Amino acid sequence: MILQQCANGIFLGAVYALFAIGYTLVFGVLDILNLAHAAIFMAAAFAALWLTASGWPLPGAALAAVVFAGLLGIGLDRVAFAPLRRRNAGTLAPLISSIGAAIVIGGVFRGLFGPDERRFPEGSFAAAQFHIGPLTVGALDLIILGVALGLMLALSYVMRATPLGRDIRAVAEDRVAAALLGIDLERTIALTFFIASALGGAAGILIGLQYNSVSTDMGGRIELKGLAIIILGGMGSVTGAVVGAFVLALVETLTVASIGASYRDAVAFGVMFLLLVLRPSGLLGKRALRAA
Amino acid sequence: MAEAAAHDLEIERLSVRYGGVIALEDVSLRVPAGRIVGLIGPNGAGKTSLINAVTGVVRPHAGRISLGPQALERLPQHQIARRGIVRTYQNIRLFAALSVAENVRAGALRVPGALDDAALRALLERASAGEVEPRARAGSLPYGAQRRVEIARALAARPAIVLLDEPAAGMNPQETGELRAVIRGIAAAGAGVLLVEHDMGLVSAVCDRVLVLNFGRALAEGTPQEIARDPKVIEAYLGTATA
Amino acid sequence: MLPFFASHSKLFEQIGINALLALSLSISLRAGSLALAQAAFMGLAAYVGSIGAVTYGWNLAESVTAGALAAAAAAALLALPIGRLRGVFLAIATIGFGEIARVAEINLPVTGGAEGFSNIPNDAGAPAIYGALAATGLALALFSRSKAALAIAATREDESAARGVGIDVAAVRLGTLVAGAVVAGVAGVLYAHANFFITPGDFGFPRMEQILVACVVGGVTSSLGAVLGATVMTVLPEAVRFLQDYREVSTGAILLGFILFAPGGIAGLWQRRA
Repeated sequence: MILQQCANGIFLGAVYALFAIGYTLVFGVLDILNLAHAAIFMAAAFAALWLTASGWPLPGAALAAVVFAGLLGIGLDRVAFAPLRRRNAGTLAPLISSIGAAIVIGGVFRGLFGPDERRFPEGSFAAAQFHIGPLTVGALDLIILGVALGLMLALSYVMRATPLGRDIRAVAEDRVAAALLGIDLERTIALTFFIASALGGAAGILIGLQYNSVSTDMGGRIELKGLAIIILGGMGSVTGAVVGAFVLALVETLTVASIGASYRDAVAFGVMFLLLVLRPSGLLGKRALRAA
Repeated sequence: MAEAAAHDLEIERLSVRYGGVIALEDVSLRVPAGRIVGLIGPNGAGKTSLINAVTGVVRPHAGRISLGPQALERLPQHQIARRGIVRTYQNIRLFAALSVAENVRAGALRVPGALDDAALRALLERASAGEVEPRARAGSLPYGAQRRVEIARALAARPAIVLLDEPAAGMNPQETGELRAVIRGIAAAGAGVLLVEHDMGLVSAVCDRVLVLNFGRALAEGTPQEIARDPKVIEAYLGTATA
Repeated sequence: MLPFFASHSKLFEQIGINALLALSLSISLRAGSLALAQAAFMGLAAYVGSIGAVTYGWNLAESVTAGALAAAAAAALLALPIGRLRGVFLAIATIGFGEIARVAEINLPVTGGAEGFSNIPNDAGAPAIYGALAATGLALALFSRSKAALAIAATREDESAARGVGIDVAAVRLGTLVAGAVVAGVAGVLYAHANFFITPGDFGFPRMEQILVACVVGGVTSSLGAVLGATVMTVLPEAVRFLQDYREVSTGAILLGFILFAPGGIAGLWQRRA
């Protein structure tokens, strides 16, 4: 029983991780808490749904939707953040701007698709279930886990072994120095947003498939969870976000199994609150809280 | 040493460390009420660390800091300020979005009663900022004027001790000349002044005594004339004298 | 004139409540504190007041007092753990506090759970709400000339320099948090008594975002701005009813427009003309 819960926790954790990475990447590079991330998460899920309903095979639809999410992220930066960067607007302004963008995106999609919950068309994805020892695991769950892990590995490769990854890490470390070293700031930032939003969009598609439910308010719950995860793992740390995501998902599923579903959210925020008070840099983060 | 008077700033064997880095080691200094003491030294010698320790921004690793009989080294910043120790900052820290008048009034928060317009103007005059418009936004003033408003803000607290951190930086010779009169005026009004500076002309002109720091330690102490002739000091600033 | 007010009475009540909430946030923002806990304080007070009114028969005044006290107590308790947090970290911690409060409201047996708490006496209408709003506005206006108000503004500008002139920054942050909580608490109880029915979802992050939006649009540190911003943002969705499901786009677009082009909000625009 515990083992089954752990398995469920791992599948959930993988998706949480994809979402949280996007959050933490943008924070690490730009010191911005992008509250429109969850809106892009939702938009990608709808894009995949719509394409699938229009006849596209699921893998193709998902891929197109992920690219759409990435492009939406670049657009978001152009409209909501880049102008504020140009005028050195501080940390509150981008947060507000992201809220505005999130509301706009939410409003557009609610207008296009209505407020109701939608499902993927019959037969668009594998419904088989496997029994591995005492565990019951869906084929879909395995695919989701595989895709999520694959994306995380791809990101890890990009960050460690490519010039782009090096540039992103440099900008995250010290924006001014990076510019002085000749790194094209705006291009690096745009690509960071592409990657972060693509991953967030992928998370949206995968969650939409996992629960076979897509709605315009699906971003709301995970948005706050994402906050808890990046605090847990350390803001700005991608590895921390991944670790934090799995830890949180596991603790959540075990809590639901033992105490009950209604306390699930309290776990995330209780832990987050404690961490902020005691160790704001999180499990793995290098950023300490800002001095006054 | 003679018994410290009620408003003398006494620093005894002060040590300040940031992690493993020694910023100050075993530094002693007295700033008597009504006197001007200079603190000089090459960059990184620990001058601002000393001011930070006195004002409570950093906790000293060892040593005592006291104002008369009152020990300061364990007090929080705002309580040290309320006891009459004020400072200006190397990089000017005015309340930029507030007006000049509001900045100066903020300085007077610890003083009972309100600061009326006449008293406000008087403070600006004492800081040689009499021509500054009190309603102007502090952040919009030219650099030199901002420095002088910062001094007015410090004076508004009717301080016992004023710590000036490189007040002449960025000032032209005329402004520096006015600054001499301002600093002398502060001491004449009864406050002790600690002047951290690179401008040796200013230091020689106003200071009664000077302490030279190097790598966090006291290198020499005496009148401005004495330390200007001290070979250790010359070496610290200019390298081994070959001329 | 009167029929117009009557048929739109709910809207006017909403405007008043939202104006109170925006004022409560502006008090903390004035000190430079991004403490996003007003929705949580509103909810705590709403529940305390409502449970008292239904279970013990409190009248409106008692209900409001109890709710405000509960909110103040919560703020005083919250101030300690968040004392060293700033900026985004403070925002996230207070959002987290709000979520914890929401979960508590769902799970405590006395609150009626996720389905909500009902049968609250409907004895608060526009007079009570606008009375509270006027009182709060007056108090803030009278306060604005005091030394404490200057200390708050200085804290927002530069905390370290504020300490350097003797301002007890921790006390400023505590004081503004508690004062804001009291106002939010009053708003919460009035909301409950005006709406007869409350659920934990009324007081979660979406509500907090709404309050923040009102403050930004109105002008983050101005009392009049907070009230104007709340008015605009409450009326807006009604005014654009014709957009139907696309309604929210107008809210988001206005917010974006202000933050990008007029970050001082309506109050800032007004000051620029002067």
